[in-house]
Amino acid sequence: MRKLLIANRGEIARRIIRSARAREIATVAVYSEIDARSLHVADADEAIAIGPAPARQSYLDAGKVVEAATASGADAIHPGYGFLSENAEFAEAVMDAGLIWVGPAPDTLRSMGDKDRARRIAASAGVPVVPGSPRIETGSKVDLEALAREVGFPLLVKSSAGGGGIGMRRVDSYDRLADTVSATASMAEKSFGDGTVFLERFVPRARHVEIQVFGFGNGEAIHLFERDCSLQRRFQKVIEESPAPKFTEKLRADMTAAAVALCRATKYAGAGTVEFILDVKTEEFFFLEMNTRIQVEHPVTEMVTGRDLVGMQLDFARGALFSVDQAAIESSGHAVQCRLYAENPSKSFMPSPGTLNRFKLPAPDLTLRVDCGYREGDMVSPHYDPMIAKIIAHGADRETACRRAIAALKEIEVEGIATNRDFLLACLESTAFRAGEVHTGFIEEHKSGLLAATVAIP
Amino acid sequence: MTVIDVMCEMTAVVWKLEKSVGQTVSEGDIVMVLESMKMEIPVEAPSSGRITEMLAAEGDSVSEGDVLMRIEAEA
Repeated sequence: MRKLLIANRGEIARRIIRSARAREIATVAVYSEIDARSLHVADADEAIAIGPAPARQSYLDAGKVVEAATASGADAIHPGYGFLSENAEFAEAVMDAGLIWVGPAPDTLRSMGDKDRARRIAASAGVPVVPGSPRIETGSKVDLEALAREVGFPLLVKSSAGGGGIGMRRVDSYDRLADTVSATASMAEKSFGDGTVFLERFVPRARHVEIQVFGFGNGEAIHLFERDCSLQRRFQKVIEESPAPKFTEKLRADMTAAAVALCRATKYAGAGTVEFILDVKTEEFFFLEMNTRIQVEHPVTEMVTGRDLVGMQLDFARGALFSVDQAAIESSGHAVQCRLYAENPSKSFMPSPGTLNRFKLPAPDLTLRVDCGYREGDMVSPHYDPMIAKIIAHGADRETACRRAIAALKEIEVEGIATNRDFLLACLESTAFRAGEVHTGFIEEHKSGLLAATVAIP
Repeated sequence: MTVIDVMCEMTAVVWKLEKSVGQTVSEGDIVMVLESMKMEIPVEAPSSGRITEMLAAEGDSVSEGDVLMRIEAEA
């Protein structure tokens, strides 16, 4: 691997460039018209324009990305997260062009990208799965009530395609069942071109805990411990941490073993994340899905293990990493990541794109990492993700890490757009969060208190 | 007849027009869906009436304060 094209933008493109540069691999950025002066373009050794602002015509256009790689003489492509990162056809196109694909095999992307198939694979690997129904094809005549009875209420109607909480609706009783199934199916048909849905038990008080894994493509795999990502709004993560609070050694052992078993069974190749929901009450955990890419919250794991996950991806892809001894992976201290979003918490977290007229971030140090794709004067465009920056703090224990994160957040200054900075502070400063009482309904449950505290923060 | 401007509340891209000129709408009907930062934002009719003018097309970039459409309110 001599030259790597990064098929992404923002902070993750910059993050990948750092690991590539440390390996003396040249870097090529791609950018849409409105990103021409963005930081990831400035960071890369060279950059190629791939189209207008809408992602479908630029960052999601597989043909243009592969063409840019060929034109620049790159011999490898790293997809980052989002965009084309879990697109099997794109991975195949990359490999067909004779380039190295930094990611799992296309077949893995395909099977894990279909949530229903992924669940069956997990079940056959002995990983506990949430009780669920078979697929319900659009227009098929099935006895929904019988299916729902087997799954149990409350349940979620989910689309087979899609992800990140899109195409997912909760149903608490039989009377809303048929309507919700058809509404979800038509939404999925419109958004993903596939109206297939299925039912799945909903755990009322759940935590979202995931295991970072790395597979070597030969049935060997390791884990790099867990991340708790329970604090979410609209099914999108807000604060992530490792180790998970109030997490017993037994749970850690069982969950990591399940994740590694799945990687072994699928001969998983590269970095990945196995997501679980953990029932707060029963301490049962169920497989949710597997993300076949580097994740937004990977720095949390890097902070506690001292491992460079992106570097491992690059080394594995270029044939410079064949195995890692599980015993050599240790977790030290505690790390917490806060996602700074361009959004307005008091307007139900509506996106707030616009220009960063003033933008000041804390300076990173040994215990503080700041991953960001924007600088003062930049426009946060409505075309892309609302995440502006990630603030990751490390400490000897959870309390120390939280205090450092709070201090760092307080240094952030933003003018021009609304952000969730004060809301993040309110979460971190809340008694419930500090007591480790996290669950996926945390923000909804504490919303009024958190929003009141948000307003009070000077 | 009162003509009501349906205002845009944020920077976004028009994803889908749910109604067209001449159609009658009820207060709260979704008349348009905007897309911003990977989120769909439905625009509701501020009052019942008939759409007399459509000022945004699918794919258009719109900003806070822009008039998206005009509705002639019911008497």
